[in-house]
Amino acid sequence: MNQDLTQTLAARVASAQAEGRPLRIQGGGTKTWLGRAVAGEPLAVVDHRGILSYEPTELVITARAGTPLVEIEAALAERGQWLAFEPPHFSQSQFSTSHVSPGQISYGHISAGHISTPDSQGASQGAIQGDNPLPADPKGLPGAATLGGTIACGLSGPARPYAGAARDFVLGVRIINGKGEVLRFGGEVMKNVAGYDLSRLMAGAQGTLGVLLEVSLKVLPRPLAELTLTFELSPAEAIRRFNDWAGQPLPLSAACHDGERAYIRLAGNEAAVRAAQARLGGEVLGAQAPAGEDRDAADFWRAVRELGHPFFRQGAAPLWRLSLPPTAPLDSRLGSQFIDWGGAQRWVHGEHPLWPVAQAAGGHATCHGLKFGRVAHPDSAEAHLGPAVSTADAVNAGHAPPRAVSPGSREREPAAIPEAEVFQPLPLALLALHRRLKAALDPRGILNPGRIYPEL
Amino acid sequence: MTIEPRGGHQGGGHDHPDPGHRPEGNRSLDQGHPHAGGHPSGHPHPQSALTPQARAARQAELVSGLLGILPTAQVLHETEDLHPYECDGLSAYRQLPLAVALPDTADQVQAILRLCHRLQIPVVARGAGTGLSAGALPHPEGLLLSLARLKAILHIDPLARTARVQPGVRNLAISEAARPHGLYYAPDPSSQIACTIGGNVAENSGGVHCLKYGLTVHNLLRLEVITMDGERLTLGAEALDAPGYDLMALMTGSEGLLGVVVEITVRLLPLPERAQVLLAAYDDIGQAGAAVGAIIAAGIIPAGLEMMDNPAIRAAEAFVHAGYPTQAAAILLCELDGANEEVSQEILRVRQILLDSGATEVRTARDEAERLLFWKGRKAAFPAVGRLSPDYYCMDGTIPRRRLPEVLARIAAMSTDYGLPVANVFHAGDGNLHPLILYDANRPGELERTEELGGKILELCVEVGGTITGEHGVGTEKIDQMCVQFHPLELTQFHAVKAAFDPAGLLNPAKAVPTLHRCAEFGAMHVHANQLKFPELPRF
Ligand SMILES: Cc1cc2nc3c(=O)[nH]c(=O)nc-3n(C[C@H](O)[C@H](O)[C@H](O)COP(=O)(O)OP(=O)(O)OC[C@H]3O[C@@H](n4cnc5c(N)ncnc54)[C@H](O)[C@@H]3O)c2cc1C
Repeated sequence: MNQDLTQTLAARVASAQAEGRPLRIQGGGTKTWLGRAVAGEPLAVVDHRGILSYEPTELVITARAGTPLVEIEAALAERGQWLAFEPPHFSQSQFSTSHVSPGQISYGHISAGHISTPDSQGASQGAIQGDNPLPADPKGLPGAATLGGTIACGLSGPARPYAGAARDFVLGVRIINGKGEVLRFGGEVMKNVAGYDLSRLMAGAQGTLGVLLEVSLKVLPRPLAELTLTFELSPAEAIRRFNDWAGQPLPLSAACHDGERAYIRLAGNEAAVRAAQARLGGEVLGAQAPAGEDRDAADFWRAVRELGHPFFRQGAAPLWRLSLPPTAPLDSRLGSQFIDWGGAQRWVHGEHPLWPVAQAAGGHATCHGLKFGRVAHPDSAEAHLGPAVSTADAVNAGHAPPRAVSPGSREREPAAIPEAEVFQPLPLALLALHRRLKAALDPRGILNPGRIYPEL
Repeated sequence: MTIEPRGGHQGGGHDHPDPGHRPEGNRSLDQGHPHAGGHPSGHPHPQSALTPQARAARQAELVSGLLGILPTAQVLHETEDLHPYECDGLSAYRQLPLAVALPDTADQVQAILRLCHRLQIPVVARGAGTGLSAGALPHPEGLLLSLARLKAILHIDPLARTARVQPGVRNLAISEAARPHGLYYAPDPSSQIACTIGGNVAENSGGVHCLKYGLTVHNLLRLEVITMDGERLTLGAEALDAPGYDLMALMTGSEGLLGVVVEITVRLLPLPERAQVLLAAYDDIGQAGAAVGAIIAAGIIPAGLEMMDNPAIRAAEAFVHAGYPTQAAAILLCELDGANEEVSQEILRVRQILLDSGATEVRTARDEAERLLFWKGRKAAFPAVGRLSPDYYCMDGTIPRRRLPEVLARIAAMSTDYGLPVANVFHAGDGNLHPLILYDANRPGELERTEELGGKILELCVEVGGTITGEHGVGTEKIDQMCVQFHPLELTQFHAVKAAFDPAGLLNPAKAVPTLHRCAEFGAMHVHANQLKFPELPRF
């Protein structure tokens, strides 16, 4: 039900600040594992929901933070628009709606390369195998990604290097700061340089600088045509080609290598996509169809976005995301890699901390832990995507919080990652500035304390 | 295949009629007189609170410290040497600093900041001084820190599509250096021949192509910044989405209040295969506005989408002879770029949409020469309007596009009330309105009335759900209107953020964010989008 809980939420933050009680801000709980464990009283934002305005011709949508992402995406799709940064959901609905189970996808269906309608090329075959171990997610109930969590985590999907990041689409926010004050920054217009840009600052801050109440996002028309091409290339060669192609006027919208083949997605008007296809060659994955109806390709990219591709489930060690300069040479010491973002994002499995490796390569690493690190057993399916293990409980019980609060890792030994750290450590001077900034917005440190770094 | 000269001299978006032939060292955008340029009847500005003796002592202390860091020729303190730095592009505000420092290296910048921090002397950073909000206005008891000599393009990586540059590099110089690789830097402010990339970062500048290609903030990868206490920080990275808070986004558009930017890594884009422009004329400006919405509703994001009203059309036509229909109430210029076939296809679609929306005439530029001519008229709009009047004042509000007809009607009514003509140039795609108020600063009181009208126009933008500045920044100029756009708690939050970077408030003081005291004096009420008025607002 759509409702405005601003007053209630602000009052709770105000009283928590008065008493110095930490709060653990909760959206749909789909990304609890992306961050350090937070000990605090839960502050649920899911019931503060509803789309407040959507003007397709203004390219802006504004919604309350608890609004399910699926609801926003559906409203946009109705008007031929979308969130061009392709946010990952990490909720069951993403798989149940397409009948594709994480870890159980195969992409055998590569066609000869004619643009065709969805049903002329076996849209129903190829991608779908096996059962679905995940309970269906009634749209919009807890367990579904929310707008607030999406922006707070600041994650973006395969289109990231070409379309921009989550923060690039943030136009304005309404927040509750750590003093319980309701503040508005940015707005609902494309260009706005009045005051410091505190709205984009909220993207990726994981709630540590403010409780998101409303977010205004720039939206874009969905491309009229999409086509995924695949190429037989080594990973190193793929990195070179991805960069080379990105320097040419081609309508690229994604480029990855899954360890075996390279995949690139073209998106734009039909003429642009055809022209690029003629230039690049390769084999067509699935069939070109109106965007979103191209089952094989759409399933493939969704699986990349949601980490449902078999690669992410195969390792016995924690999954790491390395964000590197796109031309960084392939580091063969890291073992098999899933290369995304045209070379700028490399996924690997590793028992040992990869922060130094990433730093040496000019980038940074994030530990995604064991959630995606091992193949889920069907009998642990419910644990896999169910509500997160309450870290607060673990902490209260005197245990060290489980690594990355991963439900999937519940019965397993924590990996050899120190101190449950997730994010690349910051240089000291930068960390000091982060602390001062945190204090400027949340003087008593009550909002998601420790979620990103222990000091924040 | 034609290569679009994006970022070239003819490329989208200069207001400069002839940007190509300017001597080095004199790249000021001196066309027209943006706001009382050259007039002695400047704005009342804060005078130094120090006695002349105390000020002289302060100056001596500063200069002797600077001479320990820089060669003598790079420290200016004689009054006649200071005059070229007394204002930026908004010359109604003038002020002499204690001294001007002209460092060559980031290390020198760091040493200068440490010195000023130790002496507690305010510092105002300056790029090319083309800013239109008096953001680089010197402080009477402060140092003006020019970054203009840090103008090396340090590295271009064609494969990774990045350019690492110093802050004093001109915006256009980046595209020129990238062009041999088939790349360019997308944000193209009209001032791109002169303005620096450091200034662009400080203002989060936009350009004609930013609806499709983003603002400065969308095209940055990494900043090297020195804070007021001399700490050097790296924000962002050559890798995407750096860990921690997005301080790069926060720094962008912070108007030189949070740190001095000493190195910038920007992302470069491939030059499009082809660009083409359509010109549509309308009898009714509301129809022109509706056409913009219709193009976007059709799923098309043009590379550029600009609107001019009748006074702007006539001024531009008289100046540039672009062949504009001078009877039209408004014209739209719509640029499409991309692959050859793609552009051909989209031209047909857009043409139909324009005709369906009531255009009296739609022309597609016959050839590259005509395309450039169509743009030249738009780009020359500021100086063209400047020819009609001794002075003009350029406003910079942004509104939700659907409110355009109403906003223009109310601006017209206010223009009549004040007896001051207004011409409108509009980045229609993203709702960024540039009303140009024509006036004569030599007529007593006219500057003040112009500023009052300008302030009313900005308040109108806020009232309809927009903002007081889309790309020029608040600076000194719009500081009072900040009281209208933001609640005192929000302003207080801004001050707390500032204090996290610069607790003593030495970097670019008294700009961008007003004190609550100032808002109380200004007497304005915070208004949000028609609805949230705050009658309970405490008065300070
Ligand atoms: C004719 C004309 C057309 C224009 N068209 C556009 C347009 O289309 N779009 C647009 O966005 N703007 C436009 N502008 C405004 C102006 O050109 C931009 O704001 C530009 O980015 C300013 O750059 P600058 O180097 O001249 O900066 P300056 O004017 O020198 O400084 C601007 C601000 O940035 C700060 N600053 C400068 N360098 C640094 C640094 N290295 N580190 C920290 N702070 C710094 C200064 O303190 C000041 O607050 C136009 C101006 C003119 C005169």
